[in-house]
Amino acid sequence: MTAAPERRPERPALDIEAIRRDFPILQQQVHGQPLAYLDNAATSQKPAAVIEAVSRYYREDNANIHRAVHTLADRATAAYEGAREKVRRFINAGSSREVVFTRGATEAINLVAASFGQRLREGDEILVSHLEHHANIVPWQQLCERTGATLRVIPMTATGELDLADLDGLINERTRLVSVVHVSNVFGTINPVERIVEAAHAREIPVLLDGAQATPHAPVDVQSLGCDFYVFSGHKMYGPTGIGVLYGREALLETMPPYQTGGDMIRTVSFEGTEFNELPFRFEAGTPNIAGAVGLGAAVDYLEGVGLERIAAREQELLAYGTQALESVEGLSIVGTAPRKAAVLSFVVEDMHPGDMGTILDHQGVAVRTGHHCAMPAMQFLGLPGTTRASLAFYNTFEEVDRLVKALAFAREVLG
Amino acid sequence: MELEAFHQEIILDHKRRPRHFRSLPGATRRVEGNNPLCGDRLTFDIDVRDGRIAAAGFQGEGCALAMASASLMTEAIQGLTVAEARSLFTRVHDLMTGECRGPGGDLGKLEALSGVCGYPARIKCASLAWQALRTALEAPEKREISTELEP
Repeated sequence: MTAAPERRPERPALDIEAIRRDFPILQQQVHGQPLAYLDNAATSQKPAAVIEAVSRYYREDNANIHRAVHTLADRATAAYEGAREKVRRFINAGSSREVVFTRGATEAINLVAASFGQRLREGDEILVSHLEHHANIVPWQQLCERTGATLRVIPMTATGELDLADLDGLINERTRLVSVVHVSNVFGTINPVERIVEAAHAREIPVLLDGAQATPHAPVDVQSLGCDFYVFSGHKMYGPTGIGVLYGREALLETMPPYQTGGDMIRTVSFEGTEFNELPFRFEAGTPNIAGAVGLGAAVDYLEGVGLERIAAREQELLAYGTQALESVEGLSIVGTAPRKAAVLSFVVEDMHPGDMGTILDHQGVAVRTGHHCAMPAMQFLGLPGTTRASLAFYNTFEEVDRLVKALAFAREVLG
Repeated sequence: MELEAFHQEIILDHKRRPRHFRSLPGATRRVEGNNPLCGDRLTFDIDVRDGRIAAAGFQGEGCALAMASASLMTEAIQGLTVAEARSLFTRVHDLMTGECRGPGGDLGKLEALSGVCGYPARIKCASLAWQALRTALEAPEKREISTELEP
């Protein structure tokens, strides 16, 4: 008897109604209308499993970690380190020594700028892109001011993509680090970061990827990306605020001086000197956000339970539907039209200012973001005061997209 | 409260047809106002002569609330003494912030600005023009203001 060829069982399509019941906050009305939460790129909502995990931690396990010998301390330590292991697996890092908990992606970038940045000298260069969030601009700008290094910028195109035509010129013998965004928070563009990593590594220059908008939407594998640093925030991937991750290649982290100093990051302290702890604890001074890490671990469990592939497929359907629906709105132009995108729809409408649109949409129960999206350089490049941005998550529905379109028509009526 | 910030016909009228929407090359004061959160950029020219506002105008781009408020302000301050304009600033500021008393006071057309009081995220839009006025009167050496910096 020959065995049938092995086939992965096909997972059924997502039951969106059931998924929406996992998110308590979605079951409410705003201005008398059911909430349509389309601001997921700013922060995502939290499933009950995450809320419960944080609550359970405080109700049952709370203690300080890595110190006391009592039972609760053991449980808290196990919960915190268990979360680290979940995150390691989630991004396929080689070792949990490479997973440093931070307050978020912003702090992770600041950590690298403060620590790795100490090796920068006058004349060195840091390369970022025109698509960056302020969090991936300002720490490098400050570092350049301190060291006399120069900030160089990969240009962008009118479609919200990176212009890599001169990449080989921008990455040169003076470049010390390349730090670029994986998925644009303004346009949803999925950048060809593999190509950037390859070009930088050809000159042995490390690469940091800002993955804040990537981890919620599709599987991320830091080893196959080949990056040296990868940063992301818990709250954008259905976890709590105030917790995030710096992934760093172990060999590189080993060469980096501490970021903040204090308890937990030391091995021995005397008044003559201090011996620092091993990775990753060396970069986690003080009592960390234990509950946040536990909540992030629960978010990872939740995402894996639903399935990142299914989430990505669902969001691509929403993106295709939303793109078509918005294109039918008179006077509307979608800003950011890359062929590879996450489910982010930034747009402008003739004679309607984003700020006014945001207020009127809110009155229809539709929550969107308006303004510069913490990416003023990209807005300046496009000559826009801002955009309106609908950023979709897998729990959003086609009906919610329809309500956005209807609310835009209403805004036209009010402002027209 | 159903969209009071916009439903005042006066707001929409001034947004569609802003008054005094021009630069005044000879004006004694020019203040560039910037509200980066919303993306409003308006330049105000205020001509103060012999303690009186002889003329006022503005230019630039902004949302309905910023444009309407700027239009209403440039209209309201024409011919006022500096002391009167200061007092008007205080009264309009109180109208847009604080207790949200709603329209019905004695500020005439400017009562329409009371609607923004219920929209904390939008007050900066409507107050941009008035902060520019205050700067022109109190700190004529200042050329720029931003809603993200303490004046």
